[in-house]
Amino acid sequence: MKHQGTQGPASGAESVIRFEDVTKRFGEKAVLDKLSLEVVRGETLCIMGPSGTGKSVTLRHIIGLMKPDSGSIFVGGHEMSTIKPDDLRDLRRRMGYLFQDGALINWLSVGDNIALPLRETTDLTEAEILDRVNAKLELVKLDGAFDKFPNEISGGMRKRVGLARALITDPEIVLYDEPNSGLDPETSQGVDRLIRELANTLDITSVVVTHLVSCIRVVADRVLLLEAGNTVVDCSPEDFISSSHPRVKRFLGKDPD
Amino acid sequence: MNPLRSVRQFSANIGYVVDLFLQVCLRLNHVWKRRVLITEHLYVSGVKVVHVVLLVGFFMGMVVSLQTGLELSRIGQQDQIGTIVAVSMTREMGPFITATIIAATVGSSLAAEIGTMAVSDELAALEVLSIDAKSFLVVPRMVTVAIICPLLTVICDPIGIFGGAFVAQAQLNVGLQLYFDSAIDALQTPGAFFPFPKDVYGGLFKSFVFGLLIASISCSAGMRTTGGALGVGNATRQAVRDSIIAIIISNYFMTWFLYQR
Ligand SMILES: Nc1ncnc2c1ncn2[C@@H]1O[C@H](COP(=O)(O)OP(=O)(O)O)[C@@H](O)[C@H]1O
Ligand SMILES: [Mg+2]
Repeated sequence: MKHQGTQGPASGAESVIRFEDVTKRFGEKAVLDKLSLEVVRGETLCIMGPSGTGKSVTLRHIIGLMKPDSGSIFVGGHEMSTIKPDDLRDLRRRMGYLFQDGALINWLSVGDNIALPLRETTDLTEAEILDRVNAKLELVKLDGAFDKFPNEISGGMRKRVGLARALITDPEIVLYDEPNSGLDPETSQGVDRLIRELANTLDITSVVVTHLVSCIRVVADRVLLLEAGNTVVDCSPEDFISSSHPRVKRFLGKDPD
Repeated sequence: MNPLRSVRQFSANIGYVVDLFLQVCLRLNHVWKRRVLITEHLYVSGVKVVHVVLLVGFFMGMVVSLQTGLELSRIGQQDQIGTIVAVSMTREMGPFITATIIAATVGSSLAAEIGTMAVSDELAALEVLSIDAKSFLVVPRMVTVAIICPLLTVICDPIGIFGGAFVAQAQLNVGLQLYFDSAIDALQTPGAFFPFPKDVYGGLFKSFVFGLLIASISCSAGMRTTGGALGVGNATRQAVRDSIIAIIISNYFMTWFLYQR
């Protein structure tokens, strides 16, 4: 394991995602306020924080769905504000994004949803595509759901289909927005283990937004608590769980003494 | 509301619609790739609207026939009723009613469908997956509406003329033979560009343009939806309102262009 101590990733490792003083405003409200962070290759960073502190906004910045008002974001060596459209397309092909509610195309079946990126952006034959789709469905334990429609399956299943779609292009960087929300404890644990396994076996760099201590125990190399658009603490999961920082204790539901 | 702000909003809307339309034109070579989607949309939005067009078209023909027929019979000219119904259905009423029905049914559902995709992150998902939403979502819908608008007008026109015939015979005592002779006679003027009756292809040309307007306006309202279910409601309302305004204004200019001199 490569758990670091407090404050930032191991020096010397190649940085894959880097935020430098990123500020993002919606109206008057600064959702990200001079946020700086870094994720190195192969690392899994967990972002925790109360609802509405900009966790999803942070992920959207990483994949270029939003542009910062000031500061810079580097992903895979590209500056995201000035990246060329072709480079952005290549970069996104190497990234996966699990949306908070799955974001499945509601008029396509589960299988067609997962196959969509391959059908639209690759020249693979239909047989190859079906092979890959079935492999991913098995990976998220949904074999047999190929022909179901998004409104016929539970929220937890939608989330896992979203995960399968995010992984269909075998990305090197995966961003997970609350992968556990809406899942029962057992499935939730399965998803946690899957994230850990992917990170270990395929050397995927991941950013996981989560509310659950059980999740960070399994997946995190490093935990970051976000509040009011900035980092409160940035440390290993062990240090985070046993932290004496009053804000962390309150967030974890322990009374500060 | 600040008038300057609403003027700016208004021109930004138009800018977005024009931009979307041009972007779709640049992707017309994707039509073949999207043929399956187009067929599905043609079925869903075409077949399910036919009965409305039939009903409204028939009654519109009846209204025109009755209204003008009563006036014409006062001056003893009721023989002309077929001419008037035929010309007004093919030139104006057919294209206009059909477009209005399509704006209210197909256009509103386009805006709601795409708007729902926008607020549930589906458009963001497409972007992240490097899938071109304009080719995937807008091209099939725009092609579909541009096809069904003239297609349903072709159905609406004769149904309206039949509706007029019904009233002419039952209420105005004009024989069917006379009615249809004058109706067919009225549509004989060939156009300057094509060897078809000018009134018919002029009307169909209008329908085609109405279809493009409805699709561009409704899709762009959908694409720009923000703010949850409320936002989808707003987008739908805006799509129908703006489509109908655009239909009426463009109708005037097209009529001017087609029939002046
Ligand atoms: N597109 C947007 N337009 C306006 N405000 C937004 C937008 N996206 C997010 N926000 C605001 O930014 C804040 C943070 O949102 P988000 O990142 O989704 O929170 P969370 O940490 O729960 O994921 C919220 O207050 C939200 O209202
Ligand atoms: Mg969120």
